[in-house]
Amino acid sequence: MKPKVAFFDFTSCEGCQLNKLNLENDLLDILKHIDLVEFREAMDDKADFYDIAFIEGSISSPSCVERIHDIRRRSKILVALGACAVNGGVNAMKNLHPIDEVRETVYKEDKYLFATLPAMAVSAIVKVDYEVHGCPMTQQDFLKLLIALVLGKEPPKYGSPVCVECKLNENECLYNRGMVCLGPITRGGCDAICPSFGQFCTGCRGLLDDPNLDGMLEVMTSHGISLDEAKKRMLLYNANEVQL
Amino acid sequence: MSRDLNIKVHHLTRVEGHGNIVVNMKDGVLEKAHLSIVEPPRFFEAMLKGRSFHEAAIITSRICGICSLGHQLTSLVTTEDALGLEISEQTRLLRKLLVHGATMQSNILHAYFLAAPDLLGAGSVFPLIATHKDVVLRALRMKRVANDIGDIVSGRAVHPITPVPGGFTRIPEKAELLEIKRKLLEETLPDGLETVKTMQALAGAIPQFERETEYISLKNADEYALYEGAIFSSDSGSIPVKDYLDVTNEFVVDHSTSKHARYNRNSYFVGALARWNNNHAQLGEEALAAAEAMGLKPNCYNPYMNTIAQVVEVVHCVVDSVRIIDTLIANGLKNEKPNQTPTRYGRGFGSNEVPRGILFHDYTYDNKGNIIQANCVIPTGQNLANIDNDMLKLVPEIINKSKEEITLNLEMLVRAYDPCISCSVHMLEVDFIE
Ligand code: SF4
Ligand code: SF4
Repeated sequence: MKPKVAFFDFTSCEGCQLNKLNLENDLLDILKHIDLVEFREAMDDKADFYDIAFIEGSISSPSCVERIHDIRRRSKILVALGACAVNGGVNAMKNLHPIDEVRETVYKEDKYLFATLPAMAVSAIVKVDYEVHGCPMTQQDFLKLLIALVLGKEPPKYGSPVCVECKLNENECLYNRGMVCLGPITRGGCDAICPSFGQFCTGCRGLLDDPNLDGMLEVMTSHGISLDEAKKRMLLYNANEVQL
Repeated sequence: MSRDLNIKVHHLTRVEGHGNIVVNMKDGVLEKAHLSIVEPPRFFEAMLKGRSFHEAAIITSRICGICSLGHQLTSLVTTEDALGLEISEQTRLLRKLLVHGATMQSNILHAYFLAAPDLLGAGSVFPLIATHKDVVLRALRMKRVANDIGDIVSGRAVHPITPVPGGFTRIPEKAELLEIKRKLLEETLPDGLETVKTMQALAGAIPQFERETEYISLKNADEYALYEGAIFSSDSGSIPVKDYLDVTNEFVVDHSTSKHARYNRNSYFVGALARWNNNHAQLGEEALAAAEAMGLKPNCYNPYMNTIAQVVEVVHCVVDSVRIIDTLIANGLKNEKPNQTPTRYGRGFGSNEVPRGILFHDYTYDNKGNIIQANCVIPTGQNLANIDNDMLKLVPEIINKSKEEITLNLEMLVRAYDPCISCSVHMLEVDFIE
């Protein structure tokens, strides 16, 4: 029996879902091995039970909380897909400002009219079985996980920093080119795609299990940016995890 | 016509983001017909506060995955305007090539994956794999080449990497551009012309409905405007981009977490059909021939034809991408570094056409290059009032049909606008009461 697979989107840009539709060369093969039962962005069907539920996006409103509980109850395996779902991603930056101020920026005098929650990881509300990191998640990461789950195997884990893959790609370190980069504290697995294209690592795959944050701040400030700026860079994708 | 009708489509499928269609008719009197936007807001304007000009585009591209390139480039143009950063001709051309790639990918996705199933009576593209395999394979092939442009020129089609304020962190190589050109000419152009034939065959299933409204898009004296230009209204002509707030006039309605917009009338249309109506004369012969074949005429007032206008643009983008690549190569590719030395600080404005319509960003920077204030006005938000007005006219016209048919017609109407709901709720949250 092919596993019943579903995709759900919460507070997100839907970029991770789109990245799956961009697997043009593999899409038809993938569909041979799974039974796609729910994917609102692309189809009308709905289902009651899922072998694998992929969740994109953060939990950020009371209705999100209800919906994710409901999906969890009906899913055997639940996977958080992309930075928004794994740790809050860029959405979590709103949590850095007092909630009153955030609402005021948007609603002005009507700020008390509307309810909102801090942007949370899916795992803050329900049990998450697996995570696919990145913003967006990479297609290869997603495929590896999906294949492992369909075959009933353990998916790969990434323990080393982005710098390792960056070195393997023989890039000149961006610090030598006057830029600052979060590669040393960021979980690898992206093939160092940003530094390989000449851009700094933004930390979108989240922190290593044991990151040296103080060391990172020191390196960044010794390369000419202020402590304030260095902290902000570090918080771009880790606002729910780093306390500075 | 003394009929009671209650339609409620919860979380409409095959659109980007969460929206509901609500129609209430009592004793033949239409009390309500609208699209409710129920997507949770993300507060991007608040997230941007205090962020440096190096990060603004990285953050705003995350407003929407489908429109990530459009948000990113509009953010860069806005930052460059605010900080006085000049860009080179090569940067401008590379950006235009990226815009073509993104427009192709998004329009193909919409026409084939989201809209075509309706015209073929299917619930999604997936059953079409069995019944229309060649068409699905063609769509995937076209999407792949469109995404190749993004992958090669910007590092990644979703959330591009290399476009930064003042230029690019990496310039593509000549061989890479020539390979794109080869694919465009050998694969995508013939595929595009086949697409025109497919749509021609399906055109009979497009509902006949007209409502003349105000059409707003960019206009550029030199070309069919997608990147850079001035605002243009079919009612009142040109408006400079810095006066965009006079056009958008955003206001809050209780059935939508996204604000609505109005300018000369109580709603206006943005997107491919508005671009077609305002700028069709600037299209090349291939695109004009495609339009004619599919029955799209200048000044078309049928919103369902937006999908057809998107297919016309695909043809335009393929042809114009080849021209851009030729120009880039003829000029000689230069390994330029981005210009990131501000010459001033303050407020800047940016506007581009993204696949779903005209997009505005507006940032104010302090003298350290950090954002003090930000505003983004998104195409789908601008279209919402117009969608509601279409529904109000459409429902009485088709009231003798079955409830299922009416519902399908309304769903198709909303999908024709190719709404991008995540984008449209970048800022507002209103509790939705079921
Ligand atoms: S992780 Fe990034 S790409 Fe994925 S949904 Fe969130 S913002 Fe979009
Ligand atoms: S460029 Fe970034 S990822 Fe690469 S080695 Fe340097 S710090 Fe590490």
